[in-house]
Amino acid sequence: MSDLSKLTISAARDGMRRGDFTSTEITQSCLTEIENARFLNAFVHNTPEIALDQANTADTRIAEGDAPDMCGIPLGIKDLFCTKGVPSQAASAILNGFKPEYESTITSQLWTAGAVMLGKLNMDEFAMGSSNETSTYGDVVNPWRRDGSNTQLTPGGSSGGSASAVAADLCLGATGTDTGGSIRQPAAFVGITGMKPTYGRCSRWGIVAFASSLDQAGPMTKSVRDAAILLGAMAGHDPKDSTSAELAVPDFEAALTGDIKGKKIGLPKEYRMDGMPGEIEKLWADGAEMMRDAGAELVDISLPHTKYALPAYYVVAPAEASSNLARYDGVRFGHRAALSQGDGITEMYEKTRAEGFGDEVKRRVMIGTYVLSAGFYDAYYNRARKVRTLIKKDFEDVFAQGIDAILTPATPSAAFGLGEMTDADPVQMYLNDVFTVTVNLAGLPGIAVPAGVDNQGLPLALQLIGRPWEEADLLNHAYALEQAAGFVAKPEKWW
Amino acid sequence: MSIDTETARRVAKLARIAVDDADLPVLASELNGILNFMEQLNEVDVEGVEPMTSVTPMRLKRREDVVTDGSQQEAVLANAPDAREGFFAVPKVVE
Repeated sequence: MSDLSKLTISAARDGMRRGDFTSTEITQSCLTEIENARFLNAFVHNTPEIALDQANTADTRIAEGDAPDMCGIPLGIKDLFCTKGVPSQAASAILNGFKPEYESTITSQLWTAGAVMLGKLNMDEFAMGSSNETSTYGDVVNPWRRDGSNTQLTPGGSSGGSASAVAADLCLGATGTDTGGSIRQPAAFVGITGMKPTYGRCSRWGIVAFASSLDQAGPMTKSVRDAAILLGAMAGHDPKDSTSAELAVPDFEAALTGDIKGKKIGLPKEYRMDGMPGEIEKLWADGAEMMRDAGAELVDISLPHTKYALPAYYVVAPAEASSNLARYDGVRFGHRAALSQGDGITEMYEKTRAEGFGDEVKRRVMIGTYVLSAGFYDAYYNRARKVRTLIKKDFEDVFAQGIDAILTPATPSAAFGLGEMTDADPVQMYLNDVFTVTVNLAGLPGIAVPAGVDNQGLPLALQLIGRPWEEADLLNHAYALEQAAGFVAKPEKWW
Repeated sequence: MSIDTETARRVAKLARIAVDDADLPVLASELNGILNFMEQLNEVDVEGVEPMTSVTPMRLKRREDVVTDGSQQEAVLANAPDAREGFFAVPKVVE
């Protein structure tokens, strides 16, 4: 069969168990697709030997019977995850040549479950960006194009390589990470499902840190069912991450009944932004209608501090980043600048970081340094943390009123052209995260579900936000929306 | 509050990122744009609000103060740009 890379995780699992095909066959199909899709620049470090070796082992396990759900499933791994002996650079030049001596908890769990690593996926440098244009590996290209146009579009960011790879059927699913929308926005831009779990659901150990109080890994997949399966394998308590929750991982897939009768879906009025494109507004209204038709009750709600989420995020995240990225000093790993006669250790730090970090990373490190510096800590950083408390309280209040899930648009627009935002000021790019960033600040689970196309044929998505730790219920809401929306469009292959 | 060229120079120094003098004005203007965006936070009444320390109500776990890992000198140094005789090597720090 030639189309094995197009399989969903659930179909591949079921087919392998029936003996319709093997993991080795699926893996080979993916490796061929990856070779043929170099133009998309989604995979940046390919690991075919590891993949075929893991596939072979998986086939034996499946033949023997009791293999876990993820056994034999070929995945792409975001470059932010440390993978032992395989380059893990967070798409930054400052980590040139870095090959970790250890494996992240999440990838380690995936390999234990029998999953197959096809390679590492491109992303924005240190996950800082919304268009995958800040990567040291170059831009990722979205497999979707506007009707009748050859313009190359962004797959979004920061998990742009993951998004592009899944949408183009180079792999069956991918890992992503989400600090302000980095799973959900790219998933929306390429018409796939992307989920950020509750903060603490997945271990952060071995994932290159950006903003530790916001970072959370999650699945990027071709269906909601696949998201449930992959999340189940990624989640779980890890003693090596002190913020990882000591909670049992439910059977997320078993929760997918599609029955949302009597559930209360909140529609926050503050997400109706000035200048929101009519198509996004219509998609949102249509989505609400679909939830109502499925038996849910629609409730108008208010999340009054929504407007302040982005500015609070752009204080908190750079502050944490400036601290986390202090470790890139040219001493223990990665790049060290060539020094001139007489240069001391300070010059070594300064030159190494100037050469190794890209412009956006430098900007955020410096903003973070400024808001944490003496005299400004209270005015910026502490104030932002107080606003964050208020944003979280907004959600607590509506959940206390009995709201089960909140429906919003995922992004303020469809995918835009690569280079289109180059001359815009940085804040314009930040606005991409306007609907997603609140969820990170409040630590909640959120999922982007493809729900339609715009008038140029590009995918658009809706976001559902759930109660903390109730990913199973949230996935079921997403499943109901997916069934109702019936989004099946795929990008036409041109690469 | 606004960032002038001198402040940009000081922030770059604190962040240990070398920035050419010629690039400081543009940097200052970019940082100002971002800071202006943050100024919106001043509209919020935060009187009596606790700054968030943990997004999920949890106490950070403690573990026994015992050695759990070690004797991995080779692995620790494996990625060093300059390692000598079992140590990380850096330019001379003490005169």
